[in-house]
Amino acid sequence: MPRHISILAGAAVALSLTAPAAGAQVLFWSNQAAPIEETQRMREQVLSGFDGEVDFQPQEPGPFITRLEAEFQADKGTIGLVGALHGELATYTDQWVDLSDVDLGGVEVIPAFLELGKLGTEEQKYLPWMQANYVMAANKQALEYLPEGADLDALTYDQLVAWAKALAEQTGSPKFGFPAGPQGLKHRFFQGFLLPSYSNSMVTKFASAEAEQGWNMFKELWQYTNPASTTYSFMQEPLLSGDVWVAFDHIARLAEAFNQRPDDFVAFPAPAGPEGRGFMPVLAGLAVPKTAPDVDEAKRVVQYMMQPETQVATLLATNFFPTVETTLPEDLPASAQALGPAIQKMTAADDALPALLPVGLGDLGGQFNQVYTDTFERIVLAGQPVRDVLDQQAQTLRGILEQANAPCWLPDEPSDGPCPVE
Amino acid sequence: MPNKALPYLLLLPATLFLLVFFVYPFVEIALLAFTGPEGFTLQHIQTMATHWKFRPALGWTLLLAAVVVPIQLALALSMASIVSTLERGRGTILYIFSIPLGLSDLAAGIIWLAIFEQSGFLNSLLVGLGIIDQPILFLGYQSIWVIFLAVVMAEVWRATAIMMVILVAGMGLIPKEYYEAAEVFGAGPWKRFLKITLPLLRPSLQTALILRTLLAFEVFAVVIALGGTTLPVLMGETFQWQFALQNRSVASAYALVILIISVAATLVYLRALRVPKGATL
Amino acid sequence: MTAVAGTDTARRVEVRSAGRFLFGAAVVVLCVWVLVPIYLLFVNTLSSPQEVSGFPKTGIPSFDFGSISFFLNFAGVLDALLNSIIVAVLTMILSIGIGAPAGYALSRFDFPGKEAFRLLVVMTRAFPLPLLALPLAVLFIRTGLDDTQIGLAIVHTVLALPFAVLITFSLFSGIPVELEEAAWTLGCNRWQAFRKVVLPLVLPGIVASAVFAFIISWNEVFAAAVLTIHNRTLTAFLVQNLNVSPLHLKFAGGAALVIPALIFIFAVRRYLFAMWGIANR
Repeated sequence: MPRHISILAGAAVALSLTAPAAGAQVLFWSNQAAPIEETQRMREQVLSGFDGEVDFQPQEPGPFITRLEAEFQADKGTIGLVGALHGELATYTDQWVDLSDVDLGGVEVIPAFLELGKLGTEEQKYLPWMQANYVMAANKQALEYLPEGADLDALTYDQLVAWAKALAEQTGSPKFGFPAGPQGLKHRFFQGFLLPSYSNSMVTKFASAEAEQGWNMFKELWQYTNPASTTYSFMQEPLLSGDVWVAFDHIARLAEAFNQRPDDFVAFPAPAGPEGRGFMPVLAGLAVPKTAPDVDEAKRVVQYMMQPETQVATLLATNFFPTVETTLPEDLPASAQALGPAIQKMTAADDALPALLPVGLGDLGGQFNQVYTDTFERIVLAGQPVRDVLDQQAQTLRGILEQANAPCWLPDEPSDGPCPVE
Repeated sequence: MPNKALPYLLLLPATLFLLVFFVYPFVEIALLAFTGPEGFTLQHIQTMATHWKFRPALGWTLLLAAVVVPIQLALALSMASIVSTLERGRGTILYIFSIPLGLSDLAAGIIWLAIFEQSGFLNSLLVGLGIIDQPILFLGYQSIWVIFLAVVMAEVWRATAIMMVILVAGMGLIPKEYYEAAEVFGAGPWKRFLKITLPLLRPSLQTALILRTLLAFEVFAVVIALGGTTLPVLMGETFQWQFALQNRSVASAYALVILIISVAATLVYLRALRVPKGATL
Repeated sequence: MTAVAGTDTARRVEVRSAGRFLFGAAVVVLCVWVLVPIYLLFVNTLSSPQEVSGFPKTGIPSFDFGSISFFLNFAGVLDALLNSIIVAVLTMILSIGIGAPAGYALSRFDFPGKEAFRLLVVMTRAFPLPLLALPLAVLFIRTGLDDTQIGLAIVHTVLALPFAVLITFSLFSGIPVELEEAAWTLGCNRWQAFRKVVLPLVLPGIVASAVFAFIISWNEVFAAAVLTIHNRTLTAFLVQNLNVSPLHLKFAGGAALVIPALIFIFAVRRYLFAMWGIANR
């Protein structure tokens, strides 16, 4: 009996302690840092330092969008601050307040990112929150199968195919892995890595002979790819289980492998194609909706999030890197120690070919991505003729860009009207 | 109280409730499927119907329901009969049989993925027994029928309990005197089942089938967990258009397809298993 | 004559014991089928992260409580648990309170509009909720139902109501009208007859609907994530992001969620049997 009472009392105390403080709390609505451990760290290690109350609520894409749209439609909201990727924030460009008056106090934000944050307008629609990239990771066992003369840090796609082939043939099963699952970030690979590397373009030369060559390479690579790839959303798990030895993915989705077994894995840059080493960064931003209950308090949170110390704490919490000039501490976790240099080598490579995130697509961003995903599913999974698929998908792509009236972005040449699809 | 008004009075709360919280949002969403910038349009329906994933999604959804529901019906009937026949341990067995009821489809998907994945329990068992040397890849995108089979197993495991509980409650209403009388006349267990249980269970059978089929057409989380995008289903496409592509009109069109096949299936059940107004002694 | 009768009895005993053996075997097989996946869920929940992603798996838990304690230590878990229970109980009360009268009306009366009402109920369940969530959320934000337990319970009731209506309908349909009429002739009015004669008989059906209402509400993620902010339920709080969480936490989260649901089913399981049928035997 006394035990029951103490449990009840404990529950009551816990309830009273966690009761939300009314009013002053800023609701931080995010679709980033959603994995439950990252959420925990965001709350305990990043936001606990803010001298106000922040309720960090990461969401799945569905509820995230639904709640946001509902508040916009009702023109009344509880969400104070939104954390999301560039493309998602671009969907609601008109709904954000101008953040150019947030006093950053001498913090140097990477200028290219600040420019992206304007979303093609005159106002600072979002402030760049954190950045990431995609790299390759390999189990050290795989290194002995590297083709002769291949340099891990300067790999080409042809060498990757040869490597994957050697692995498949000599270990008895395909060991290359690719995040083609339902929540995998495969479209980014095609947009920012494969197509730029082969055609020096993301949009304009979508259906060119060079692009066709790239897809044919990928088709060949797919023969030596673990067929379970269509279920992989995070490559860290198949890497840890040994189902996959070599993989491409977002750094935050590889981190767990390095943190659990730092000595077993290496990280290295994405491969290069005939045109160079295409890559595309990931940028998450912070925006304040016009419906926020307390805009000024939300801006204070943004200001706090942009401080170099907070940015470093965010790196430790989420494996996303800072968007401001800062020095990183020595004692980074194994994941950051392995993945950071790989990004560094990739972005600083002689043949580096940076691609920008799509700009100006508004709410057509999802359909833009779908063009690339559909192209992949049709060419690689369904085995349809490459030429036909590219021609058909190019039409869809053209329609989207014309509807959005979006000019070209890197690596495509700037255009006057909507970015042309040749 | 006049008998004529009573049924309407009894239906009133439910009707009002559904009008406000279902019909109102439903009409708003359903209209999206037929309206464009210039008013009425069939553009969205066309976009859906001509999309290359529409046919497979519709086909797989129907096939899954056609395979899963009969298996579940047979299994649920067996389980319910077993529980009703038991003399000892009835509560325990019923409880064990209802356990999957407590699991969300998300959790069920995770469990069955842990069984079938390459480094999963099934491969561990097979390797451990020395039946195979290397783990087999069950859920690769080429082996769509294996994925289908895995989804069927997971769905049968997860959702049979729903039917069983309804049937158990229904079987409890069948007067035991009927069985005693039948036994006196020498009817075996099988005959008693066919001649007494099945006909008298018709209302519960109908309800169990309707509810289970509705849920089968909305199958999603388990399919995604086991098959990724390899096995397209209607609900998955609805979500894809709604949230990834942010085209709520096409999403609404997909949802209407789910609605239409569900209503059609319900009408079939209502006709095939007509329930009389109250049982007669 | 006696000799013949003797062998006949012997054969009958033989057949009966063979039947009993088969019956027992079926019970065991079905229990294993239901329990093994649950067992595997708990194995992975109680294993270290390395074991969860390792191969081959032993199938024996190492009783590593790291993953599960991660959930138990999550700030605000108790709050969320309490919210989940409140919402689930409200959903139970609402869906039975307005669903059972409708089920009774459907089973006892023939009236114009009956079929239409039935289809409305079925449609409610056949249309994907995540699409309805947007207009509902707008409505709730405007009316102040947003972020309240009752608001979420209302949405969950939309999901649970078809279960309540159809299950109570099928149970009422299994009860002979004559039974009620007999009570009327004995001097009961309609309400007394209902309460004293019918209600005890349909208790299992009501309990079954209650189980469904509770579990539907308990496991529902989408509406909970959209419609609660400060009053998060356990699913919205913990589980909605399991999809993108590391494997070992997926299992722990799944297990953490299933335990309360199993306790609930355990608590009500005995009421799933009707009074005059099997329970009396």
